[in-house]
Amino acid sequence: MRHIISLLMENEPGALSRVAGLFSARGYNIESLTVAPTEDPSLSRMTVVTTGSDDVIEQITKQLNKLVDVVKVVDLSDGDHIERELMLVKVRASGKEREEMKRMADIFRGRILDVTDKAYTIELTGTGSKLDAFLEALEQGAILETVRTGASGIGRGERILKVQ
Amino acid sequence: MELTAGVTTELNGAEITVRCLQEEGVEFLFGYPGGAVLPLYDEIFKQDKVKHILVRHEQAAVHAADAYARSTQKIGVVLVTSGPGVTNAVTGIATAYMDSIPMVIVTGQVPTHAIGQDAFQEVDTVGVTRPCVKHNFLVKDIKDLAATMKKAFYLAATGRPGPVLVDIPKDVQTSKGNFFYPQSVAMRSYNPVVKGHGGQIKKAIQLLMEAKRPMVYTGGGIVLGNAAADLTQLVRALGFPCTNTLMGLGGYPATDPQFVGMLGMHGTYEANMAMQNCDVLLAIGARFDDRVIGNPKHFFREDRKIIHVDIDPSSISKRVRVDVPIVGDVKDVLQEMNRQLAAGKERPDPVAVKAWWDQINEWKGRDCLKFDRNAAVIKPQLVVETLYRLTKDMDLFVTSDVGQHQMWAAQFYKFDKPRRWINSGGLGTMGVGLPYALGVQLAHPNATVACITGEASIQMCIQELSTAKQYRLPVKVINLNNRYMGMVRQWQEFFHGNRYAESYMDALPDFVKLTEAYGHVGMRIEKPADVEPALKEAFSRKDDLVFMDFVTDQTENVFPMVPGGKGLSEMILV
Repeated sequence: MRHIISLLMENEPGALSRVAGLFSARGYNIESLTVAPTEDPSLSRMTVVTTGSDDVIEQITKQLNKLVDVVKVVDLSDGDHIERELMLVKVRASGKEREEMKRMADIFRGRILDVTDKAYTIELTGTGSKLDAFLEALEQGAILETVRTGASGIGRGERILKVQ
Repeated sequence: MELTAGVTTELNGAEITVRCLQEEGVEFLFGYPGGAVLPLYDEIFKQDKVKHILVRHEQAAVHAADAYARSTQKIGVVLVTSGPGVTNAVTGIATAYMDSIPMVIVTGQVPTHAIGQDAFQEVDTVGVTRPCVKHNFLVKDIKDLAATMKKAFYLAATGRPGPVLVDIPKDVQTSKGNFFYPQSVAMRSYNPVVKGHGGQIKKAIQLLMEAKRPMVYTGGGIVLGNAAADLTQLVRALGFPCTNTLMGLGGYPATDPQFVGMLGMHGTYEANMAMQNCDVLLAIGARFDDRVIGNPKHFFREDRKIIHVDIDPSSISKRVRVDVPIVGDVKDVLQEMNRQLAAGKERPDPVAVKAWWDQINEWKGRDCLKFDRNAAVIKPQLVVETLYRLTKDMDLFVTSDVGQHQMWAAQFYKFDKPRRWINSGGLGTMGVGLPYALGVQLAHPNATVACITGEASIQMCIQELSTAKQYRLPVKVINLNNRYMGMVRQWQEFFHGNRYAESYMDALPDFVKLTEAYGHVGMRIEKPADVEPALKEAFSRKDDLVFMDFVTDQTENVFPMVPGGKGLSEMILV
């Protein structure tokens, strides 16, 4: 099962490598991992997307909690949550393709950030599956380059991940 | 210059580090000097509160500090230099980490401006040690030094203990800063649970009362948590059988009739059978590792309820699913269990428990540890058995190395008290025995310390005979010399068609002469009849390190044995 885990950790040098090292040392999967400081600069927030059986996910959250730099861990998949990922995609856009490409970007609510006479660079935000769907909708030869951030997640409603 | 509360004093980083060690009441600092720690050694030279023990190899410094911690419940402290000092120490650190030993390792680092430049004797210490420490720090600013040292000592000893490393660049050691040592430390990211959940404890007691075939299984957590007395009280009140892991020996008195011996790969027949066939299992401070329960799938062929008490939540339901998890300090939980048991009226079903004991006693009748006591060659078991008979009233500390001799020591020496059996359980590090014995002897200058080893293991840290001479540490080395890496040979005999690839120890030194060259007493014992007189003589030489080289049966094997990947009840028996 796919899980999206959020953690707050001390914004210390090496904190990221402790998490990455834990996943590789114990043979856990990482689908994506994003990290950046929060509004409190002493804390970093990380989102890890991983897959595993319930037993493995339980171990992952326990092992993350055990890291001395980790302040709090929550498995967002346990409840309602919002997930977003950002993708930049550079596509071929010349001649007839230009109109079609613009339309596709509009349908997926993408924004064209950069234009040359041969290519567009489109920004697209959404769940991972929406980004996948956009790429699938394009003609394969049209995609020149893609870059994705990996998912960030947050709980819905009053569910808050915060240091008490 | 004395520190008084609230007053800060300007010192250099090396002075601050040494002052921190003094504030923590550090008695011994095990170490080895080098370029990146010269300022620190200069400060150690100028004071006499912290005594430095100079080893002959950094690995031994960590092992000795580890054994000091294991035998005293205090924190072991190590000081080594950057680069090779650190990499040599890694084996010792990993050994301590696997067995959850509280330890602080201070390492020198190249100056901050040189970090990342591939400087002489530079290694990414925090990176190299990250997978085998509880936590580590690189101190880049003198302002953080004292607080980091405080955190290191706090982290090492609280929660599930473990080694914590503090890496101090040379320029931080020489720069000046204010010294203020905090009295206590709080970390928002680190709050280990101590108190067990009352409701869960109640549930556990209820399960124990309903048990028909109960079993108590305890590990190193009982020793680390100083809970041996509380465990003994509970087990006696319940009347249930109790087994200990290799790390847990001494946590329950081995001479008590309710003790069924060690369990696991080389556990007793009765302990393993009881473990496999029990209907309620109380596991405390143990982690169901592969050497203990064998194949978990086989373990779950029998249906049983499991109660698991541990301070580390990640130890619970890691290899086996448990029914009643209790996260907490084992001592605290055991005391609460004892309280609830005493307060309640319910008692275990005497008829069922009696029938269960009848079954266990039948298994015991299998006499799984029997060996030929009349053999013409020295049987290794005979040496350990004789050692036990001669020293059982001495409150002996026994260290061991890793291999067959370790298993025979665990099987044949009956430990009635915790912290008397010092060995590398988790990592299985050959070479620990001698430095372990030195660490124990320093911690307990009036105690008698024996090191049970083999001719392969002992050579991995034999240079420490020199350290023993320097500090006059009269440990008794019992070398069970079968001219083979015995455990490797045993596996090759059982599972690799008797092809003894590289397990024969050729070109052994003359251990008697070698010991004498280091300035100690050496003995070589070749006949079974000489075992007892030799041991008596060695132990009567109170002030000497005596190295007893016992020439033992080359092909003796450790039984019972649960082959790797097999189930607990699938033992190979003698």
